[in-house]
Amino acid sequence: MNTSEIRELFPILKQEVNGHPLVYLDSAATSQKPIQVIEALKHYYEWDNANVHRGVHTLGSRATDAYEGARAKVAKFIGASSEQEIIFTRGTTTAINIVASSYAKSVLREGDEIVLTPMEHHSNLIPWQQAAKASGATLKYIPLQPDGSISLADVENTITNRTKIVSVVYISNVLGVVNPIKEIAQIAHKHGAKMMVDGAQSTPHMKVDVQDLDCDFYALSGHKMCGPTGIGALYGKKALLENMEPVEFGGEMIDHVDLYESTWKELPWKFEGGTPIIAGAVGLSAAIDFLQEVGMDNIYKHDIQLTNYAMERMTQIEDLVVYGPTANRAGLVTFNLGDVHPHDVATVLDAEGVAVRAGHHCCQPLMRWLEVSSTARASFYLYNTEADIDRLVLALQKTKEYFGHAIG
Amino acid sequence: MQLDDLYRRVIMDHYKTPRNRGKFESGEAVTIDLNNPTCGDKISLQMQVEDGVVKMAKFTGEGCSISLSSASMMTDAVKGKTIEEALKMADGFSGLMKGEPVEFEYEDIEALSGVNKFPARIKCATLAWNALRKGIEHSQKTDN
Repeated sequence: MNTSEIRELFPILKQEVNGHPLVYLDSAATSQKPIQVIEALKHYYEWDNANVHRGVHTLGSRATDAYEGARAKVAKFIGASSEQEIIFTRGTTTAINIVASSYAKSVLREGDEIVLTPMEHHSNLIPWQQAAKASGATLKYIPLQPDGSISLADVENTITNRTKIVSVVYISNVLGVVNPIKEIAQIAHKHGAKMMVDGAQSTPHMKVDVQDLDCDFYALSGHKMCGPTGIGALYGKKALLENMEPVEFGGEMIDHVDLYESTWKELPWKFEGGTPIIAGAVGLSAAIDFLQEVGMDNIYKHDIQLTNYAMERMTQIEDLVVYGPTANRAGLVTFNLGDVHPHDVATVLDAEGVAVRAGHHCCQPLMRWLEVSSTARASFYLYNTEADIDRLVLALQKTKEYFGHAIG
Repeated sequence: MQLDDLYRRVIMDHYKTPRNRGKFESGEAVTIDLNNPTCGDKISLQMQVEDGVVKMAKFTGEGCSISLSSASMMTDAVKGKTIEEALKMADGFSGLMKGEPVEFEYEDIEALSGVNKFPARIKCATLAWNALRKGIEHSQKTDN
């Protein structure tokens, strides 16, 4: 993988921030976009813009083909067995909400269990809290090992025959840990439960095969995988989606409408009420082409190399604490620097042109488990280099010096 | 970007040796708990208000140097002020965050003027002042 050639495709990386060449280490929040994606959006709006599934005119056909073509691409990209199993959404959050409010609503009864982990992003936690409240079901958590990983013995002990849904993040956006989704899905199925995967962080970084994982639902966000914001997808096994009620009602998702009763379109359109995110889908399609050209295995290897390099260099900084396991982690390093608050760390790094995230990363329960109120996080992607990490390390050393002097 | 605009010595001094940190052990106090949901910073502000005057204010909380030093300065500045004066000060602080030239009787506050050049950090600086406004609202309701 030629990182310098890849970097050339990302115009945003060519700028200076606060007088320094930009080092973007916040891809877990949102990734940057290659020129192919930007051009695809421009081309769509310049040449093909029309509503889908309606017009009989040429532009309408082009827009429909582009939109449905994107669906086919997403299906293939994550190994779905049919395009009907892909529902376009605004992103991971909306995708999880569809399952929590439609599927969960229909199956959950009082006394049932929903199993999560304490490392879930709020978007894979609050929808289930709401579903539990509405149904009288109980939320249960697979405990974390001291290093933040999950043990299969704990999974076995937590999932029972009362469990109806297990929903777990594939790669944690704080700990970087890669969870054993396939094994968890097997245990869930053994007990008759359905398995949902939050794939927001995994889809951009590794080859995903939903059939191999044997998950029942899988959610992803386009903007974290070089695509535009506002587009994502929900994968669901066809048999499950077919029996689920839509959550948004209105135009586009209907079949026959009467004054008092209506029927819905078939899959996947019954879940896509209103004019869909057509340009977003076009951009996501271009992003998938780009990622596949680079190769998901190459991207994963690159991420692991960078993560290992960052761990090696950062753990040499005195007073720097890294959170999460040392092995089986990908794409990011979450840390705190002595008693300097992560906001202050992020501001000093920003002054050096290094963009990192600081805060609770939408994982407040996990912050409490880590016994911190917030952390800083450097997250990597295919356009990052070891030189970026060297700049991060240098900036962290400057942060230490700066606060040392400012305090003293 | 001039970091020294943000992290002036006086700010770091309030951060490292905060004034009025803690809780009241006795006496009636209005307690306001506020957090900044985007970053997880928290403040618990306690105020003793008597006859329309802020007798004393204390705080506990977690946060960055900007939010905690702002809380330290605010609690010091409003001591002995009438609630009208305290609210006027809060308005002045909002102006300072917009880059307006504002003079404070409690001069340390002006050290936070550099925050307006760091828009992402304004919420840190205003957390304690928002708690002050809520505390005053609460004490006014209780009086009525």
